[in-house]
Order: sequence, then structure tokens, then C-alpha cells
Amino acid sequence: MSKIIKVGMADANVCAAPDVITTLGLGSCVGIVLYDPVSKIAGLAHIMLPDSTKILNNSNKYKFADTAIDILIKDMMRIGANRNNLVAKIAGGAQMFNFGNSSEMMRIGDRNVEATKEKLAQLGIRILAEDTGANYGRTIEFYPETGLLHIKAVGRELKII
Amino acid sequence: MSDIDFNKINSMEFDVLREIGNIGAGNATTALSQMINSKIDMKVPNVELLEFKNLADIVGGADRIVVGILFTLENDIDGMMMFMMDMPASRYLVNILLGNPQPDDLSGDYEFSEMELSALSEIGNIIAGAYLSSLSTLTNLTITSSIPYMAIDMAGAILSVPAIEFGKIGDKALLIETEFGDKEKSVNGYFILIPTLNSYKAILNSLGL
Repeated sequence: MSKIIKVGMADANVCAAPDVITTLGLGSCVGIVLYDPVSKIAGLAHIMLPDSTKILNNSNKYKFADTAIDILIKDMMRIGANRNNLVAKIAGGAQMFNFGNSSEMMRIGDRNVEATKEKLAQLGIRILAEDTGANYGRTIEFYPETGLLHIKAVGRELKII
Repeated sequence: MSDIDFNKINSMEFDVLREIGNIGAGNATTALSQMINSKIDMKVPNVELLEFKNLADIVGGADRIVVGILFTLENDIDGMMMFMMDMPASRYLVNILLGNPQPDDLSGDYEFSEMELSALSEIGNIIAGAYLSSLSTLTNLTITSSIPYMAIDMAGAILSVPAIEFGKIGDKALLIETEFGDKEKSVNGYFILIPTLNSYKAILNSLGL
């Protein structure tokens, strides 16, 4: 039997096939899946903010795109993933409320997505697929066995990337 | 003036925030009661500081569908305030407000009509207005709120918006859960007040802390 590993907000975890890793109700946060297709080991981080260097209180490293990705890679390597094989799939970064203006506070979803892409580019990790932006929440499940990311949203059909 | 860090909040500060929540939610319930012209009881609110990863559990799970009504705040207190209800609670209040009969079962999928959506928005307005005016009176600070912004989606997704604001100042969020209803039925509502760091200082300072 495969287990389902849950990841909460500002949290991350790793998983190996045949287990499945999931995070529920991504809003403006971004779910970052890193995957080693050879060992079939995956990691999932649910980040809330783009940049740990801009925030004084940054003790929870899983809260930020930059630091969460670094730790996630280490966690994955510890259970046997190969750094050079890693690829990524990302989802989330929605704008949940339709504010008329586009002030910094309101664009947080976009900024989380941008910061995630920037960090992955720095590390040379390719993004194979993404489902980001728009204005609705997403629940995501990643299957290391197939490398597919299942995305569920309220009133929408299951999307597989 | 010390920096507020929610990881190390002292019991005095927590009590003050709890009390603000208490009074605010009490006033909000009274306002709701007047709006629908029937008595609504409220239990003593449950105030909790929660880690982000546990935040959505309190409302029944991150993928549970809820209605979130969000206001941005300006003036002496900057930040956001959100009022959140699950679907049965929302339908219950909308039915009272519009004079519709209550169905036996309020759970299950449901899509609100335009009319019901604007009623919900108005409920949010009244509840938030009462909450904020009590906060304003208590602290002697001027607070201006925006129009209500509403979203109906997964609890985790809706909570991510205030959680991200809390995330800038700490690793926990302050959630006020209140249970209200009439003698036949009770429903749950959740208040989340997210002042910016400076506004927290302003609130605590205004109360002599």
C-alpha cells in the first residue's frame, strides 16, 4: 500500500515511490515539487513568501521560496536523490481576492512564483510544467511513480501536468 | 517599544489580543442580531495562536470550502481583517437575511445566486464594521476599512492571504473562532485580524503595554 504524505503551509517533506505527496488548498502560496526521475524520489515545499532576506523573522526556513528549496534538496539527497537529476513542477501563486489595485501586498502570488522560478534557475533546475496564477485555490498531489502532478480546484476538472 | 514577535508573545500581550477579539466578536454578533432582527447568541470566542501548518485544521481542513470576506485597513492601523464562515454557516445567515426558509440539510455543494452573494457581502460588512469600531473605541485609534472583497474557495487557499501577512512578522497566526446561532442552530465564524507590525505596536501601546 502506498502512503499519502501531507505537507502543510510553510512546511515541506520528501517521499519515494510508491508513496504520494500532497498539499491541500494552495492559495497565494506556491507548491514546489522537486523530482528525481531515476530514483523516483520527490520533495514538496509549500512556501508562503518570496524572499527570506527581506524578512526579519525568518526562523522557519520552509516559509520562503529561496531557503525552502535549498533545504528540500538536502532532505531529498539524504534519502537517495541525485542532485543532478532534479527537475521541478510548480503550482499555486493565485490571487485569491480581486483587489482593484495592484499594490505589493496584493501581488504576493505572482511574486512567490517569480521568486521560485528565479531560485530554480540559479540552481539550474528545469521546470517541466507549471499551473500558476489565476484566482482559485489548488490541491496538488504528486506521484513519484509516474512523475505526474494532479491539480484539483473547486468546480474545475482534474488537471494533470 | 519592543518588537512584537508572535513566537515569543507574552501572556499579557496574548490576553490583550484575546480581549480585543472577544469584544470585537461580541459587538459583531450584536450587529448581526440587529440586522436580522432576531436574537443571536454567541459563545465566548476561542482565541488561538496557531502554526501555519495547523491553521487550516481548525476550520475542518485545508480543502474544505469556505466563504472569506476580506477588508484592507488603513489609517492608525494598517493591515487586513478577514471574516470567514463555512458553507453551512453562510447559507444559514443568508437565508435568515433574505427571509428564505432553512432547508433541513445545509451541507453539500451549493452555488450562491447574485442576490445571495451580495447579502453575504453585506453580512461581512456589518460584522467587520462592528468588530473594527469596537477596536477603534477600545484603542482610540482611527481605522478605515476598504469595501469587502469576497472569495469562496478552499480554506487553505483563502487563509493563505492573511497567513502570508502574518508570515512577514512571525511563524504563527492569531485566529479568533466564535460560535453563534439562535436556539435551533449554531454556526461557526472565524475572525482574523492582521495588523502590520507597526500597527501591533500601536494597538498595544494605546492600551498601555
